[in-house]
Amino acid sequence: MFKLMEGEDVQDSVTFLFENQPVSATPGMSVAAALLAADVSIFRQTPVSQSARGPFCMMGACYDCLVFVDGMNVQACMTKVRDGMKVSRVPIINKDIET
Amino acid sequence: MNDPFDIIVIGAGPAGISAALEADHHGATVCLLDEQASAGGQIYRNVSQSTSARTKVLGPDYLEGGKMVRDLEQSGVVHRTGVTVWKVGQDGSVAYSKEETAAQIKGRHIIIANGATERPTPLPGWTKAGAMTVGAAQILMKSAGIVPTDAVLIGSGPLLYLVAQQLVSAGAPPKAVIETQTKKDLLGATRHLVPALKGWKQLAKGLQLIAAIRMAGVPRFTAATNIAIHGEDKVDRVSFDANGKSHSIQTTSALLHQGVVPNTQITRSIGLKHVYNAQQHCFHPVTDAFGQSSNSVFSIAGDGAGIGGAKVAALSGKISALNAVCQIGIIPRGICETRAAPLLKKRSSELAIRPFLDAAYPPPTDVLRPADDTIICRCEEVTAGDIRRFASLGCKGPNQAKSFGRPGMGPCQGRYCGLTVTQILAHETNQSHDAVGAYRIRAPLKPITLKELASLETPKEPETAT
Amino acid sequence: MAHIVIGGGVVGLSIAYGLLKRGKDVVVLDGADDDFRASRGNFGLIWIQGKGEHAPHYATWSRRSADLWAGFAKDLLVETGVDVAYQDAGGIDYFTDEDVLEKRGRSLSQLAQQLDDDYPFEILDHSKLKALVPEIGPKVVGGIYSPMDGHVNPLSLLRALSIAVRNAGGTIRTGAQVISVGARDRDFSVLLADGAKIDGDALVLAAGLGSVELAEELGFDAPIRPQQGQVLITEKLPHFLKYPSGTIRQVNEGGVQIGASKSEAGTNDSEDIATSASLAQHAIDIFPHLERVKLVRSWAALRIMSPDGYPIYQRSQSARGASFVTCHSGITLAAAHASLMPDWILERNRAPDVSQFSESRFHV
Ligand SMILES: Cc1cc2nc3c(=O)[nH]c(=O)nc-3n(C[C@H](O)[C@H](O)[C@H](O)COP(=O)(O)OP(=O)(O)OC[C@H]3O[C@@H](n4cnc5c(N)ncnc54)[C@H](O)[C@@H]3O)c2cc1C
Ligand code: FES
Repeated sequence: MFKLMEGEDVQDSVTFLFENQPVSATPGMSVAAALLAADVSIFRQTPVSQSARGPFCMMGACYDCLVFVDGMNVQACMTKVRDGMKVSRVPIINKDIET
Repeated sequence: MNDPFDIIVIGAGPAGISAALEADHHGATVCLLDEQASAGGQIYRNVSQSTSARTKVLGPDYLEGGKMVRDLEQSGVVHRTGVTVWKVGQDGSVAYSKEETAAQIKGRHIIIANGATERPTPLPGWTKAGAMTVGAAQILMKSAGIVPTDAVLIGSGPLLYLVAQQLVSAGAPPKAVIETQTKKDLLGATRHLVPALKGWKQLAKGLQLIAAIRMAGVPRFTAATNIAIHGEDKVDRVSFDANGKSHSIQTTSALLHQGVVPNTQITRSIGLKHVYNAQQHCFHPVTDAFGQSSNSVFSIAGDGAGIGGAKVAALSGKISALNAVCQIGIIPRGICETRAAPLLKKRSSELAIRPFLDAAYPPPTDVLRPADDTIICRCEEVTAGDIRRFASLGCKGPNQAKSFGRPGMGPCQGRYCGLTVTQILAHETNQSHDAVGAYRIRAPLKPITLKELASLETPKEPETAT
Repeated sequence: MAHIVIGGGVVGLSIAYGLLKRGKDVVVLDGADDDFRASRGNFGLIWIQGKGEHAPHYATWSRRSADLWAGFAKDLLVETGVDVAYQDAGGIDYFTDEDVLEKRGRSLSQLAQQLDDDYPFEILDHSKLKALVPEIGPKVVGGIYSPMDGHVNPLSLLRALSIAVRNAGGTIRTGAQVISVGARDRDFSVLLADGAKIDGDALVLAAGLGSVELAEELGFDAPIRPQQGQVLITEKLPHFLKYPSGTIRQVNEGGVQIGASKSEAGTNDSEDIATSASLAQHAIDIFPHLERVKLVRSWAALRIMSPDGYPIYQRSQSARGASFVTCHSGITLAAAHASLMPDWILERNRAPDVSQFSESRFHV
C-alpha cells in the first residue's frame, strides 16, 4: 500500500481509465505510480504461468509493469499519465494452441 | 552534405550530463539522449520538478543535481528526452525511438553513460506483486511523491540505509530493515578501512543514516538468512532467520536491494570486451583510465563502466569527454592530459571507500546462486534448478542455456537473469565467470513496434547537428 | 568401438540418436558456446512447398522426412518428455505480387506433374485466403496453401534431442573443439583443443560450417558457404495464426516470428537495421494489425549452403567409415536424418538411396 509522502500536497489532477474505471493522478506521474497510489498492485498475469505481477524496478528494466495503453503494450513505469488515457490489462495468453 | 554529431552521449545521469557539458565547452557538437522525461539519471531523477516536500525528504545530495541540470539547459547540447536507444552500431550509429517514431543519428565518438541497474535479488517469492527493488521505492518518492506504508527493506548496502532513512523522514518508517551482511563481512572489510578513511565524509554519512533509522525505532536484523516472501498473488508477509530465531513480519511491500551493477546491455551489444570483477560480483566493460573501451569509437563513463557512485560518475564523464574531443581532433593530447590529471586524482580519492563497501556488503551466496526452486528469469519463469539441469546436460554457457530453456528471451532481454545464469553455470561447470561469458545481446535493446522499425526501411541520411 | 559424431547441432544429434537406436555406441563432440550455430538461430519450419522446384529428388526426400515427422515428434515426447510443439496443419505462403504468385503456382504445378501429382497444394485468391486467415491485409493478393508444411519449436527440438541421445546411452561432450581427426580406414583418433583424444571406428562429420576445416583430412570437398539470415520475434500474443508461412509464423509460446532474410555476408552474424526494417515492413504488409506489436528480439544466424542449396551426403573415399552429412534444412530433414540416414551410414541394405546428394554432383 502506498500513500502520499508527508507534506506533499496535490493541486491539479488528471483522470485516466484503468479497466474502464476512472483513476485520478498527479500530472507528471507514471502510470505505474498512479496505479500503485490507487491501490492497484497486480498489473498483469504472466504469459508463461498466468501468475500475478506488479512493478518491480520502476526504471524500465524489468518489464513486469506491462499494461496496454491506448491499445499498445507499454511499460507503465515509463509512461506518463495523460488525461483521458485508456489503460487496461494485457490480454492473457493461454499457452496451448488450438489446431 | 550532412555532418554527424561529434559526440553522442547516451544517458543523462551525472556521468552523461557532465560529459555532454565538457564536450560542449570545447566546441564539439553534442547530442545527449535519455529515456527519462527530464535530465538527472537515477540519482537526480526528476530533480528539476521536485516539490518542496520531496526535497526535504531526499536531502541536499539530491539537490546537487539541480545545478547540473540547469547548466545543461543553458548549454549548446542537443538534449533529447524520452528517447529509447534500441541499437548502437559499431560504426557509431545510434537508432532510437520517441513516441512511436524511430530515428537514426551518427556520432564520431559515442560516450555510453547508461548507468547501473540494481543487482538481481532472486529469492523465494521475489516475483510476487508488492515485491520491488529499494531503488524502485526511491523512484516513487522522487517522481511521484508516494511511499509504501508498511515497507520491509531486505538486503544490504548503503542504499538500503538511505532509503530507510528517507522513508522515516517521509512519515512512513519501514516496519523493519532485514540485512544479509554478517559480522564476519564487516570484520573482513576492516582491512580496507584505512584507505577508506579518505572517504570519511561518506563513512560518516552512512553512520548518520544508521543512527537516524535507530532513532526512529525501526528494527534492524543483520546476518539474516532463509529470507522468503509470502502471499497468494500479492505479498503479505516476509519470513527469515536471524539471531538464532525464525521471524515473520507482515507487509504488503517487500523492498529488495543488493547493491547495483553496471548495465552492460549496450556495451555487450556492440561486442566490447568485458571482464568479471570478483569484488563486485559483476561484469564490466574493459576501459582505460579515460573510459575508452576496446573499440576506439566508444567510451564508457559512470556506473556503466564500474560502480563508483554519483560523484565518481560526474568526474568520469568529464574525463571521457576530454579524451573524446581529443580523439576527434578538437583539442591536443597534451591539453587533454593536463586537464584530466586533477580530475583523475580526485576520482581516485572518491573511489577510496569502494573496496570497503564491497567487502562489508557482499551479496550473499544464495542471492548469487539461489536454491533450485527460486525463479531467476522473471520473464520466462526459469528457475535456478532449471539452469543446473541444463548444466548437467552439458550446457557450458548462457547462450546454450538460453536455447534450452528460454532464460533471457523475454522482454527484459536478460537484464535480470544474465548475471545469475553466469554465476550458476560458473559454479556448476567449474569454469571462471569470464570463460562462461554472458548472453549475446541483440537489437532491439528495448522492445519497439514493428512500425517504428519498418519506418527505417530506406536508410535515411544521417541528421545534421544543427 | 564408438561412432564419433562431430557436431552437436540438430543434424549431428538427429543422426546420433538414430545410430543409438540401432544399438551403436555414440560419442557426440560439440564445440564452444559462441560457435556459429544454425540450430539455435533457425526459423523452425518443416517446409515442403517450393522446395526442390528444379530438383524433384530433393522435393521427394524432404517430403519423406515431413511424413516421418509426426512419429518422430511423438517418439521424442515419449523418450524425453519434451514436447517439440510439432504442428502439421499445413502452411501458407503469402504473395503481394500477382505475377510472382502466378509464376510460383506454375512452377509448383510442373513439379507436381513430375511427381505423379502426389504434391498437394492450392492457390487461393485474396478472398478465399481471407476466409481462411481473416487478419491478412489488402496488399496480400493471394497465397498458396499446402497441407505438406508444418512447424516445430526448434529450440525444444534441440533440447529433446540432447536428452534423447543421453537417455539412449550416448555421450555428448560439450566445449569439445575438434582440431584434427586422425583418419585411417575404420580407425579415427580425434584430437580436441584441450588435448583429449577420442578413438572410434566410424565417424560422421556433421559440424555445419565448422566442417570445412576438418573436411580435407577426411577426403571431403565440403563446398559449403555461410549465408546470413535475419529473424525477428515479437512479444507474445494470443494465438491467432494457425498456419505458418515461409516468412511468418506464430511460435507455440505466442511470439510472432518474422524472417528470414538472405544475404551473402561472409561470417558476419550481426543483425542490421536495413534488413530487419524490411522484414518488419513485410510482416505489416501481410498482417497490418501487427503494426503496433512490439519487437522483442532480432538475430542473425548463418545458414550452411551448398552450391545448389541441397544436402550433401558423402562417404569418404580415403578413410572408410567416415561420412559427411550437411544440409540447409536440418529441421525439415531431422526426421529423415534420425530414421533413415543411420542405415546409410551403417551401409545397410535398406539404406535410402541418397546418391544424388553426393559431392560428385559438383565435379563438372
Ligand atoms: C534504482 C537506483 C537508485 C539509486 N539511488 C541512489 C541514491 O539514492 N544515492 C546514491 O548515491 N546512489 C544511488 N544509486 C546509484 C547512482 O544512481 C549512480 O551511482 C549514479 O547515478 C551513476 O551515474 P550514471 O550517470 O553513471 O548513471 P545513471 O544515473 O543511471 O544515468 C543513466 C541514464 O541512461 C539512460 N539510459 C540507459 N539505457 C538507455 C537507452 N537504451 N536509451 C536511452 N537512455 C538510456 C537512463 O534512463 C539513465 O537516465 C542508485 C542506483 C539505482 C540503479
Ligand atoms: S517496473 Fe520494471 S520496467 Fe516498469
